[in-house]
Amino acid sequence: MSQATPTIPKAEASNRGLRAALRSFLAQPIWIFLLAEILFFSLMPGSRDTFLSTGNLLNVLLQSTFIGVIALGMTYVMINGEIDLSVGAMMALAASLSVGLQSELGLIPAALVGLASGVALGFFNGVVTFKTGVDSFIVTLGAMLGIRGLVFVYTQQDSFYSMDFAYSDFGLSRIAGIPTLALIFLALAIILHFVLTSTRHGRNAYAVGGNRDAALNAGVRTGRHVLINFALLGGLAALSGILLSTQMGASTPTMGNVYELWVITAVVLGGTKLTGGYGSIVGTVGGVLAIQILRNGMNLLQVQAYWVQVIIGAMLIAVLLLDQRSSASGDEVRA
Amino acid sequence: MHTSPTPTTHWRERIADLLRDRGILVAFALMMIILGLTVDRFATSENILAVIRQVSILGTIALGVTFVVIGGNLDLSVGSMLSLATVLVVDLHDKIGPGPAIAVTLVVTLFAGAVNGTLVGFLRLNSLIVTLGMLSVLQGATLLYSGGKNVDIANQSDTWFSIFGRGRLISAGGIDINVPVVLFLGLAVLMGILLHRTSFGRKVFAVGGNRVASTFAGLRASRIVFSTYLLSAFSVFVGAVILGSRVMGSQNTVGQTWELQVLAGIILGGTSLLGGSGSIFKTVIGILIFGFINNALLLLGFPFYAQWLVTWIVIILVVWLDVASKRGKLWAA
Repeated sequence: MSQATPTIPKAEASNRGLRAALRSFLAQPIWIFLLAEILFFSLMPGSRDTFLSTGNLLNVLLQSTFIGVIALGMTYVMINGEIDLSVGAMMALAASLSVGLQSELGLIPAALVGLASGVALGFFNGVVTFKTGVDSFIVTLGAMLGIRGLVFVYTQQDSFYSMDFAYSDFGLSRIAGIPTLALIFLALAIILHFVLTSTRHGRNAYAVGGNRDAALNAGVRTGRHVLINFALLGGLAALSGILLSTQMGASTPTMGNVYELWVITAVVLGGTKLTGGYGSIVGTVGGVLAIQILRNGMNLLQVQAYWVQVIIGAMLIAVLLLDQRSSASGDEVRA
Repeated sequence: MHTSPTPTTHWRERIADLLRDRGILVAFALMMIILGLTVDRFATSENILAVIRQVSILGTIALGVTFVVIGGNLDLSVGSMLSLATVLVVDLHDKIGPGPAIAVTLVVTLFAGAVNGTLVGFLRLNSLIVTLGMLSVLQGATLLYSGGKNVDIANQSDTWFSIFGRGRLISAGGIDINVPVVLFLGLAVLMGILLHRTSFGRKVFAVGGNRVASTFAGLRASRIVFSTYLLSAFSVFVGAVILGSRVMGSQNTVGQTWELQVLAGIILGGTSLLGGSGSIFKTVIGILIFGFINNALLLLGFPFYAQWLVTWIVIILVVWLDVASKRGKLWAA
């Protein structure tokens, strides 16, 4: 559905696209931070021997998958100017269903039921937000508690273990040396980047987030649009939970606790604005990688893991400060 | 009665007005009557006091956060701040004595609040992100301070520090009025006066209603927002002293997810997250609804997580009714 202006020759167009991609790449302070991180950890005596090894980098990528898959969907919802706090609970529900039902239904149908639970709950969040006009922060705050309740009702507070080794074999499998789970994350990132940058749905996402009334007047079916994104995010949260349970060979009722905060942190680090209308998948992937590289590098340096939380929190605020400086407008009232 | 042209709409309007202004109170009263009639052992003074004692810490924190919310901002850092303050006050108790421990905790908590207030008030950064960042920083700081170990007070029976969480003020006729209840309700009265009876309180409403307009009207919006975060931090400090004193120990993550429970209580009471409206009274009612629903479900034999499902439904319904009554239409689209 690309609508490149016909007057631009092909080569120049692709050149321009490349330059635009590069520009959007550098416009995100997160990538500069990421480069600094990589430089730091590949030079520090404690981590330089292992940090840049293929095994370690693939490990970072694998660890990025679980927050990353959700963060992709959260980017869409946040570009719409909405938010979803219930993703961690949706992870746990999907994982519990996927592991808990597999002896009755078989591996794949059970996983599909788990996935469907996420899509359905995401859809429900979207419907409630859109139909009642209650802020999505409140709707999903309620859902965060309620869905966790559903998890406890279903599991009776038990962890489930997968009896079928094929399930955890999948979680540990590799394709051409790369962890399958990480490949799923990368593939989804590429698809969702493409959808956001070159389809009507992607353009509408920015329009809806930028000015909902204007988008509605311009003929965008805003309700349906937001619904699709909430359902997409629910599905991705469920997928992340299922993938995590294949890696653990089990599900726990508290899985995904405070994941919503990590996911939102990653997306904001990647430059997506909470107010809507602005953001990118490229930035989000950068945000996710920044968090995981920091965790990984600090671990290699044998620094207490608690520092990661302090640094990430400070980074979050720093990104906001940088962002405000670069976009401060003169007509604002300073109090 | 004078001849009114449309008497039916008249009383309907009056009921609608009553529900709009005092809806949450009516709902609370109805809920208490229904629960009192249907749930065994619910409507006893011991049970009711026990529930108020259970919600006293959550409620205390919610009082301060109410100022932040009415001022048009959020504070997601109160849970981590509670963890930090509780760990500090408990750990320092044996090292430097209860009095200095309380003082140090107050200073540290207010400092954390001042950081929030500076970033949101003076630098005008988005409060959700700032306090989300502080949630992470303060939780990390708590774990760094304690090295990940739980802390506790060695000699629990021999310290006046126990009075805040375990003390009883009046004990007569089988009714115990506990200190946490008095601290919570006492602070509620003070905070209520501050919010509803002083010029500072009026300014908080003005800034939350429209920050730009309030600035044009000559208010120092930044300072007022800053102060709301100090109040929020102060209420966390009081909550931490009660919690530390009651448990006489603390886990590092004791306050995890409290920020969202506090917000849930505030929202249940009918304070709008958009800022500019709400009250301390509503927050107290919201927190009590939270506590009494939980209590009734437990008395009825439901597991503890049943309250989460009920909260899910109640929170959406409460806010929906509020939004719909302002809009004059049930559905948004």
